[in-house]
Amino acid sequence: MAQSASAAASPRLPWSTRLDKLQRRVAPYLFISPFFILFAIFGLFPIVFSMYLSLQVWNPIQGLGTMRYVGLENYVWLMDDPWFWRSITNTLWIAFASGLPQHLVAIPLAFALSRGIRRFRHPLTAAYFLPFITSAVAIAIVFQTIFGTQFGILNQALMYLANAPWSAWLFGGLADGLPVNWLGRAPNIKPAISILVWWQFFGFNVVLYAAGLATIPRDYYEAAEIDGASVAQSFFHITLPLLRPMIFFAVTLTIIGNLQLFDQPFILTGGTGGTGQAGMTVAMYLYRTAFEWLEMGTAAAISWLLFLLIGTLTLTHFYFFGRSGLETRG
Amino acid sequence: MKKILVLMLATLLTATVALAQTTLTVGVFEPHKTHVDAVLPQFLANHPGVTVEVRQLSFGDHHDLLVTNLATGSGAADVVVLEIGFIARFVAEGGLRDLSEPPFNADQYADQFVGYAWRQGRTADGRQIAMPTDIAPGTMYYRRDHLEATGWDIEDVVASMDSYLEWGRELKERGVFLVANASTVADGLVRANIPAGDGIYFNAAGEPQLNSERFLTAARVAKAIRDEGLDAEIGAWSNEWFEAFRQGTTATEMSGVWLLGHFRNWMAPDTSGLWGASRFPGDLLVSWGGSYWAIPNQTPADKLDLAWDFIRFLTTTPEVQLDAYRNIDAFPAMPVTYDDPMFAEPLEFLAGQQARLMWATVAEQIPGVAVFPGDVIAGEIWSSALSEILNEGRDIHAALEEAQSLIVRRIRR
Repeated sequence: MAQSASAAASPRLPWSTRLDKLQRRVAPYLFISPFFILFAIFGLFPIVFSMYLSLQVWNPIQGLGTMRYVGLENYVWLMDDPWFWRSITNTLWIAFASGLPQHLVAIPLAFALSRGIRRFRHPLTAAYFLPFITSAVAIAIVFQTIFGTQFGILNQALMYLANAPWSAWLFGGLADGLPVNWLGRAPNIKPAISILVWWQFFGFNVVLYAAGLATIPRDYYEAAEIDGASVAQSFFHITLPLLRPMIFFAVTLTIIGNLQLFDQPFILTGGTGGTGQAGMTVAMYLYRTAFEWLEMGTAAAISWLLFLLIGTLTLTHFYFFGRSGLETRG
Repeated sequence: MKKILVLMLATLLTATVALAQTTLTVGVFEPHKTHVDAVLPQFLANHPGVTVEVRQLSFGDHHDLLVTNLATGSGAADVVVLEIGFIARFVAEGGLRDLSEPPFNADQYADQFVGYAWRQGRTADGRQIAMPTDIAPGTMYYRRDHLEATGWDIEDVVASMDSYLEWGRELKERGVFLVANASTVADGLVRANIPAGDGIYFNAAGEPQLNSERFLTAARVAKAIRDEGLDAEIGAWSNEWFEAFRQGTTATEMSGVWLLGHFRNWMAPDTSGLWGASRFPGDLLVSWGGSYWAIPNQTPADKLDLAWDFIRFLTTTPEVQLDAYRNIDAFPAMPVTYDDPMFAEPLEFLAGQQARLMWATVAEQIPGVAVFPGDVIAGEIWSSALSEILNEGRDIHAALEEAQSLIVRRIRR
């Protein structure tokens, strides 16, 4: 680097050559600079600033000049904050309860779409994908109506099932618990949110797995069929092992996405987190701390703790499943 | 001498021209624009050359934007409306002009307003940061049809909390709920009988009061309502809530007087004539909402006079206050307006009841409640504790003690 710089400045070369050399060296950096400039402003600065902010006490209404350095006080305070731990538990609960079924349903469904009902594969995949590209807020508002206690369609349906002669033998036991107060009772809020999140995102996983299945050569299935393997056998012994890299990828996305849940619980619980904060996720707690209670420093600390949690869980996932997933691929 | 005169004339001219081009921006939430637009011509008639630009947002967006604007020190309108619940956030936090100081000298108007409304716009250290424009005496709306069916008289129902519950038991036998949510009754109870100088959640010294008898009683009454199955367990402002009013499955609702406008305009217009309004059970005096006008610190100095003129026009002009009542159901904060014939008008929606006279009496009796910066978070913690008591059967004492310590934690600095 130092050498080439002195060469460029060498007086023996003509002016135009030197200019040419200089622009050749600088031009690439100029061309990629827009990204770095924008990243520095909108990516790097907020990250560094929130790190700085997490060590301060700051009420935004009082203006930028009122920040006060408190060291790790925000972190220490959060460590024994009951609401923070509750929001962590909620987030993990919902992430697991909505995440696991997504994959348990998406994999067989993608398999069925690619092997069985191939005629309707594309329209069906599109239909499953539709919730994913619909606004989370719109979906949450519709689900709020579905989950209504007195007039909600879900309770109406359950009530019908519990009382209709043909279904009473199966659902009759539910009658005593109806109508279910889905969004008002603490034990029901997390399941209600999980149902919504599951419904919204399993289609995305179906698309991922369908793409993964397309990379598995047909020969394997044909060979298995000739050897007399059943559909179940080829699913468990061909599809699943070969799909592992895609499962690994999809689960990673689910972990990251589900731990940042915000819109769905926010709308469903009317922005409060519901009874006993049963539906308050970490992202919601962070938002409320910052913009409702105006404790910017504490909120910044929450965001870093959430980052740590996501990082730890993702790395754990990598450690246990990442290598083996890639090995199978190889 | 002549030179100086010319110079003075020139300065005066420039000043006039500058004034002539002034635009005043006004930030409001729904439905204030309706009222401001209606009375604006009167204001502009006395302020030639001024243009007023009204920016209206939804209730939540308006206040969120204001927080952001005050935080960044730019972008706020020159004059803004604030709802009482948000006043607490701005009290003692800075961001709004002290209207007690010159050139405003707002204190001269103190006597013209309902006492509690005036005091709620004031910080503990005596800065008037907002001018009251409308207030909301608490009232209980009830269904006349259910009252007649049970053969009760409304005065007997509201005689005490016990008689109110007694009526609820009779309603239950007919498949009608007494109230949409028991927590509404508790929220009414904690807003009444507050010692002078105290706030809803804090005493005058700034200590949280959640483990006090006032909160314990409120929680006990609400729990009795819930345990006996007298409430529909419906959250406010949900589709279920609107539906309950339309179908008449709940017999009463406690709220500010403003709920009437919502009933009449969109929530349950078909139920006109079926409703009545009364005092709270046990004759509790409760304030339930209200709006204020304020000037952000960032409003440029050359607009302060105009901004203040505008606020005075809206808040201290009795005719304009009455217009606000007509236009957007905003109950005036100036007692002098209560003698207007408008207050004696029978209200069609309430089956011809002259409810405004009753509300005016209530308004003038409501004692002052102090406002504290921690009110927002304390209110949150209280309603959370209450919902655990009502929905999850948590012990009242334990839940409120925990809430108390949560608030102490929260207001640590």
